[in-house]
Amino acid sequence: MHGSHTTGSPYAPHTAEDRTAMLEAVDAETVEDLFDIPDDIKFDGQFDIDARTERETRRLVRSVLGRNDDRTELLGRGHYGYYIPSLVDHLADRSEFLTSYTQYQPEISQGYLQALFEYQSLLVELTGLEIANCSIYDAATALGEAATLADRVRDTTGHRVLVPELLREERKSTLENYVAGTDLVVETYPADDGNVDLAGLEAAVDEEVVMVYAETPTVRGTIEERLDAIGELAADADAFFVLGSDPIALSMLERPADVGADVVVGDASVLGLPTSYGMGLGLFATSEDYLRQVPGRLVGVSEDATDRRAFTLTLQTREQHIRRERATSNICTNQAWVALRTAIHAAVLGPSGMVEFAKRAVTRAEDLAERVDDIVGVQAPVHDRRHFREFVARVDQPASAVADDLEQLGFAVHVVGDHEIQLCVAGVPDAELDRFVAALEEVAR
Amino acid sequence: MSDDGADRDTTPAQSRYDQARYVENGEYEPLLSEKDLTRVDIGSGDDGDSGDGETTDSPLPDELTRDSLELPELSEPELARHYTRLSQMIYGIDSGPYPLGSCTMKYNPKFTEDVAALPSAAVHPDRSEESVQGTLELLYRLQDYLGRIGGMDAVTLQPPAGAAGEFVGIRVAAAYHEHNGEGHRNEVIVPESAHGTNFASAALGGYDVVSLPSDDEGRVDLEALEAALSENTAALMLTNPNTLGLFERDITEIAEMVHDVGGLLYYDGANLNALLGRARPGDMGFDVMHYNVHKTFATPHGGGGPGAGPVGVVDELAPFLPAPRVRERDADSKAGESVYERFDPEHTIGKVHGFDGNWLVLVKTFAYIARLGDGGLLDASASAVLNANYLAEGIDYEIPYGPFHHEFVASAGEQDAADVAKRMLDYGVHPPTTKWPEIVPEALMTEPTEIESKDTLDRLAAAFNAVADEDDDTLEAAPERTTARRIDQTSAARNPRLSWQALENDS
Repeated sequence: MHGSHTTGSPYAPHTAEDRTAMLEAVDAETVEDLFDIPDDIKFDGQFDIDARTERETRRLVRSVLGRNDDRTELLGRGHYGYYIPSLVDHLADRSEFLTSYTQYQPEISQGYLQALFEYQSLLVELTGLEIANCSIYDAATALGEAATLADRVRDTTGHRVLVPELLREERKSTLENYVAGTDLVVETYPADDGNVDLAGLEAAVDEEVVMVYAETPTVRGTIEERLDAIGELAADADAFFVLGSDPIALSMLERPADVGADVVVGDASVLGLPTSYGMGLGLFATSEDYLRQVPGRLVGVSEDATDRRAFTLTLQTREQHIRRERATSNICTNQAWVALRTAIHAAVLGPSGMVEFAKRAVTRAEDLAERVDDIVGVQAPVHDRRHFREFVARVDQPASAVADDLEQLGFAVHVVGDHEIQLCVAGVPDAELDRFVAALEEVAR
Repeated sequence: MSDDGADRDTTPAQSRYDQARYVENGEYEPLLSEKDLTRVDIGSGDDGDSGDGETTDSPLPDELTRDSLELPELSEPELARHYTRLSQMIYGIDSGPYPLGSCTMKYNPKFTEDVAALPSAAVHPDRSEESVQGTLELLYRLQDYLGRIGGMDAVTLQPPAGAAGEFVGIRVAAAYHEHNGEGHRNEVIVPESAHGTNFASAALGGYDVVSLPSDDEGRVDLEALEAALSENTAALMLTNPNTLGLFERDITEIAEMVHDVGGLLYYDGANLNALLGRARPGDMGFDVMHYNVHKTFATPHGGGGPGAGPVGVVDELAPFLPAPRVRERDADSKAGESVYERFDPEHTIGKVHGFDGNWLVLVKTFAYIARLGDGGLLDASASAVLNANYLAEGIDYEIPYGPFHHEFVASAGEQDAADVAKRMLDYGVHPPTTKWPEIVPEALMTEPTEIESKDTLDRLAAAFNAVADEDDDTLEAAPERTTARRIDQTSAARNPRLSWQALENDS
């Protein structure tokens, strides 16, 4: 019956008799009597939004989203569309995970706390750092939080935050908003063939620097080769070394702790979430030295009244609901359910599967680069580096024309320069890559 | 069912709840790492003996790779059981009533998951505008829905949570004042009883926070406000109804006072569910607001997130909103459909998320609003307020402030509110938010939402009242029927063990 009614909320179960009895119990004639709103600001309830049945609503959303063109996406640059095993969806969609609140009553939330504890442990293994939180919103906001953490814990008198000149503009802009309320200033340092220009960075670093940020893989898909040297430059200036990466890359690339990273940020949803229009999962890990300054929620271990091991949110005195304006961050709602999905996906893969994923990110990207390099009118990769998942290719034709033509043939690629396109293999099946190579051959000459 | 509940035996002996509890070797469900840990060594080919782990050849030289990776390696059936067991050790909205004050724990309609999972929703944010007209149309229509519901002129959907929305509001206010040559404004006023995020978001934006006491009736104290306002006021952040559930009756006057000194009025949307269709922040004089879609529009809380915190503003502030927003192009497509495009507001503060926020949550929000329509939204606030009042009538604890709307704050009196909450768990209901707001001693902040039936509210009241009659020893010994018994918070904080690696080092 509720499925077809379109007057009240389909999710409010009151019958007319209930309503009458309840009003009587509270000594009111109508529901309106319960509202204490001055007449001059009352609203008449007319939003002009039509109610729909569930079926009609599904049809509406399907028809609106149906206007999206179906494309094979060779897109990456911070957001990736890997295949998500069914197990992830089915387990994460169990309603206890999906419909519960933050675990402020740990005794009745042990399962979620344990899953988040296991997520934290996964990141500890991947980064080599001792502390990982339950999530920040995404890579960009995690970078912002890293900067404010650096600002709180570094003794330096300066206020310079150094980021690579090759950085997604959106990430830099988010960082700038996060530090707008501090004295920090965001500056860029130069790149050398896609990676960090060490000499350029060395020239930029002085005692005024609070934080140095670098990424591996970089936004153009290159694997950073001199992470240890970057870490040393930062350490020499007594600045934070913040490294941006992701769980698949971290499965095989150098362990951040081994190259002197103080904080690791990035998008952990490369595992767990399919392509989701940029929705992500902010990875945030740091050294135990900064435990009491970490932003976000932390799950720890304790014991219950039967002396059994139990999990609970801990060190909450860092957080806004206790510490208010002196909190380490304003974050409250985070991306817990995405973290759960990431943990499940990582568990499905296991360590051998994760390493295999990382290997394939290198071999498939480099294979595709070799294949498109054979096409007349295309040179790839542009950077003489090792690549992970994606790479930049030079096209003789204007890049936007190539992209438009590819779009007509059913493929989406990045345009990153007048004659540069960027191609990502993540989640694209081999057969699709074959079709893509043929399509590029057709449009590139 | 003809059972009207009159004959129901609600004594603990006959009505109780026992949560799933797995115990193995004297401990609860083992960690993944206790079920298996496998080390994979990573080498470029001939690294020799790899010990007990597996070895894999890496396509990269050794200096670019880590030595090994050690994680659980379990089969799919084992994982299905692991996470199913974990899920059984969690209480969700589908398990029973969840009257957490200020959290608006509504039922999350299942079909919204289905539409968010549509393959056509899975597009990359760097796709061309022309090829993602469906996504842009949905975003545009949601901006429009939210604008109408809040009485706001322009909306950004980018903030990924309520607190992120607050931060956007603060940054927009800062940019606006800066633009008008009033960058000297360095104070944000926040009522004492506000959400902790208000204080933290203002501080993150670089503002000094001026805390505002309430009057004897639990509302904004106009004299105190007068004293707090000055030429340095950037904004006043207000929740309405406030955290006691009370409508700020003087809101029009408050708005005038704030505007008279050149400040902006910020609306915290946490309690918007109380007002749906009955009053709009824009009509009350608010200049900027955030919507908690995971509260008001029933997208699932997911155990702590993801949510979304869209921000609405009046025309004057629209040029400062984050980029990009979505608008309708003047000309239609050849097929006569509207064409949508992204655009950067003229004086935009830039980005507050790497892409466009929590897209999947926004899809669910759109679906929920489209399902309910005017009638459903209006009924949501009606039933939420009726439910709160009916529940309050049935419980024995004192409720010092009223008339409240969608939530009320009872006092546990001589009992410890945190202990009351622990004991309520034993009755198969989720307890209210406790010990906050502090204006009510031993606060039990209770918000049943519109989705509970009269029957459920009766059972919920019975749980409150059963606990009200119990002695301190019983309360301190609670909970007994949950997976874990009372957990020692002090030990967790004193000796932080935040990973399975830390547990190994510990033993």
